[in-house]
Amino acid sequence: MKKEDQLEEKNPMEDLLRMDRIPHIWCPGCGIGTVVTSFTEALKKSKLDLDKVVVVSGIGCTGRVAGYVKLDSFHTTHGRAVPFATGLKLANPELNVVVFSGDGDIAGIGGNHFIHAARRNMDITIICVNNFNYAMTGGQVAATTPLGANASTAPYGNFEFPFSLPYLADAAGATYIARWTALHLRRVTKSIQEALSKRGFSFIEVITPCVTLYARRNRLGDGLNLLKYYYDNSEIHHGADTRTLDISYQGKLVVGKFVDKEKPTFLDAMNKHLGKVLGDKYVLYGRINDDRD
Amino acid sequence: MKKVKADPKGVLTGSHYLDGDHSLAEGGLAAGCRFFAGYPITPSTETAERFSERIPTVGGVFIQMEDELGSIAALIGASWAGKKVMTVTSGPGFSLMMENIGLACMMETPIVIANVQRGGPSTGLPTLTGQQDMMQVRWGSHGDYEIIALSPDSPQECFDLTIEAFNLAEMFRVPVFVMTDECIGHMHEKVVIPPAEEIELVERKWYTGPKEKYLPYKPDKDLVPFMIKAGDGYRFHTTGLTRDERGYPVINAECQDVCVRHLIDKINKNADKIIKLEEEEIDNAEIVVISYGITSRVAIKAVQKARKAGIKVGTLRLITVWPFPEIRIKELAKKIKAFVFPEINCGQIVLEVERCSWGQTQVIHVPHCGGWVHDPDDIFHAIKEAAK
Amino acid sequence: MVYFGDLKEKKGKIHINKDRCKGCGFCVEYCPKDVLEMSDEFNIKGYHPPYIKNEDECCYCQLCETICPEFAIFVTLKEKEEQREKGESRP
Repeated sequence: MKKEDQLEEKNPMEDLLRMDRIPHIWCPGCGIGTVVTSFTEALKKSKLDLDKVVVVSGIGCTGRVAGYVKLDSFHTTHGRAVPFATGLKLANPELNVVVFSGDGDIAGIGGNHFIHAARRNMDITIICVNNFNYAMTGGQVAATTPLGANASTAPYGNFEFPFSLPYLADAAGATYIARWTALHLRRVTKSIQEALSKRGFSFIEVITPCVTLYARRNRLGDGLNLLKYYYDNSEIHHGADTRTLDISYQGKLVVGKFVDKEKPTFLDAMNKHLGKVLGDKYVLYGRINDDRD
Repeated sequence: MKKVKADPKGVLTGSHYLDGDHSLAEGGLAAGCRFFAGYPITPSTETAERFSERIPTVGGVFIQMEDELGSIAALIGASWAGKKVMTVTSGPGFSLMMENIGLACMMETPIVIANVQRGGPSTGLPTLTGQQDMMQVRWGSHGDYEIIALSPDSPQECFDLTIEAFNLAEMFRVPVFVMTDECIGHMHEKVVIPPAEEIELVERKWYTGPKEKYLPYKPDKDLVPFMIKAGDGYRFHTTGLTRDERGYPVINAECQDVCVRHLIDKINKNADKIIKLEEEEIDNAEIVVISYGITSRVAIKAVQKARKAGIKVGTLRLITVWPFPEIRIKELAKKIKAFVFPEINCGQIVLEVERCSWGQTQVIHVPHCGGWVHDPDDIFHAIKEAAK
Repeated sequence: MVYFGDLKEKKGKIHINKDRCKGCGFCVEYCPKDVLEMSDEFNIKGYHPPYIKNEDECCYCQLCETICPEFAIFVTLKEKEEQREKGESRP
């Protein structure tokens, strides 16, 4: 490594990363770092006021993202990142709140909060990194582990049926739903940009390889093999019916932007309704029109 | 500490006939609470209902979350966005909130939680009174930490102590609990709400220095760190993991030592500023009746009867239950013959009195398993026994 | 490569932070121009970082920069580098 390189140029992502905490704790070949890069690219391209972007994470490997991005960030308790984000957004509607957490955190222990936040159409963005298990604690079976896969608490194979996260989000009422794999770099970036500027509950699922646990237990090779597999076996179907998006063990993955619709957010609905019913007595809350960009 | 005046929109000045639950809500609104996230649970639901009616007219948000776990998480988030926040619950909901109360302590977030206690354990007696969560409020979450708990004895005090709770939470960046019970919660009494100019409020210590030098958890001279809110450009990070002054997680024993000691010293070393007691005829007393909440009103009758019978009885009412007034109990234990402690539980705060008496005096507990208040005669008999 | 009019192909200069690399191989595999290759040397943690095999082929697509999970590789536009070396400033 030439010394001059370090002094001359700085990695352009460094102003959005907490360089005093790099190198991070994720395994070699883990896709979370790739998703974080796509996220930082999206932030730079979107030209948002970065002081107003807040990242909330839960517990788990993906939960550590909050500690590495140089934004106002919160590392909260397991499963409670979504209501924490709800509180932040309602208390200060000018914030742009992003929940960056894993599949176990959002759809497992946090399942109830996830569906209610989607139902209320809270104006937050959820980036769910799906690696099909609870990685941080050693690779236990999760609500998204495909049927037949091996996990540390399903040593003879998983016999439970997994969630299809886009279907769950759609049924709960999310207004923007997309699914990509970690290798769809530019498409993930574009989805995140769209979600950040959209008013309403946005849900982006990114399927990433988990090398040390999911891949190792299921003899699927290393990070590169798994990433290649996910990308090569994914088909892009924008607007596909969310009922057909199940993921079978080492089967085909359907990716794309499935839902992009308009619905009043919680605060919009609150302002409109209470303004109508209470008239002059009601004190308007938050911004009334969308001029975030 | 910045002192601010109350927002007149939230202060319902005048003389009212309210019950405890409604007074909690009025106290919160007068103190500047503009975010309420709760879940309905008997006997505290009336507070949430009143908030849902009143808060849209004062420029705040009410949200009924899907469960208590979501409520308290939303509360902590809203507090970090700069608002004053409150919720209200009872026994079963209180148990659900415990994990995130630990998070609020670790992140040093000011929040106010009112617990309108009912008979327990488990679903217990939803519509009848109890004082059975007094130890849980102190030790409920895992790990070592300190909180502040206040206990009102009337709807008027529900109003006053809620304002006090907000001030303490803002001063010490800690969760503060208002521990009432179903009896006071559903009891209607006269509540006088003063004009807004007469209500003194405290705001959290906002940081005003250069952004690069900000350390989220560096204690100030009074052991409380400066606070900022999300969205102001400080790019801070905070976590529930054991953290250092920068807010970054550091997983080793040295950091744990510094971190946990700070959380404990912050309250213990400032205990003299927090503790409030109400004492009556204590100087020459031979017996002291300690009580808190509704039991203190029941005890008045027993004490009057005992004084007529010639026994020198003093009363000590715990307005602040946690941090426990150890020093005062130690002082009294040297001088008096016995403490008589009625509680609507099978022995919770009495254990603290026993601990702090150091065996220097008798401690007589008058338990009650819950569902109703004591019979004043039971307390009177206990006083008579102690006087022998 | 045929370019129309004044369109010029972009050239990239690759910067690799060898000690941060964890040898996952994503950049090597997905570089569209086959510019990188895994080396045999060890970095400070014992991983094999990549080395630049054909710098001239790099077309500044920045795929390696976006895909690297360790933030260990990035690309700068070569014109900028050459101009800085000459001491000129860009308008």
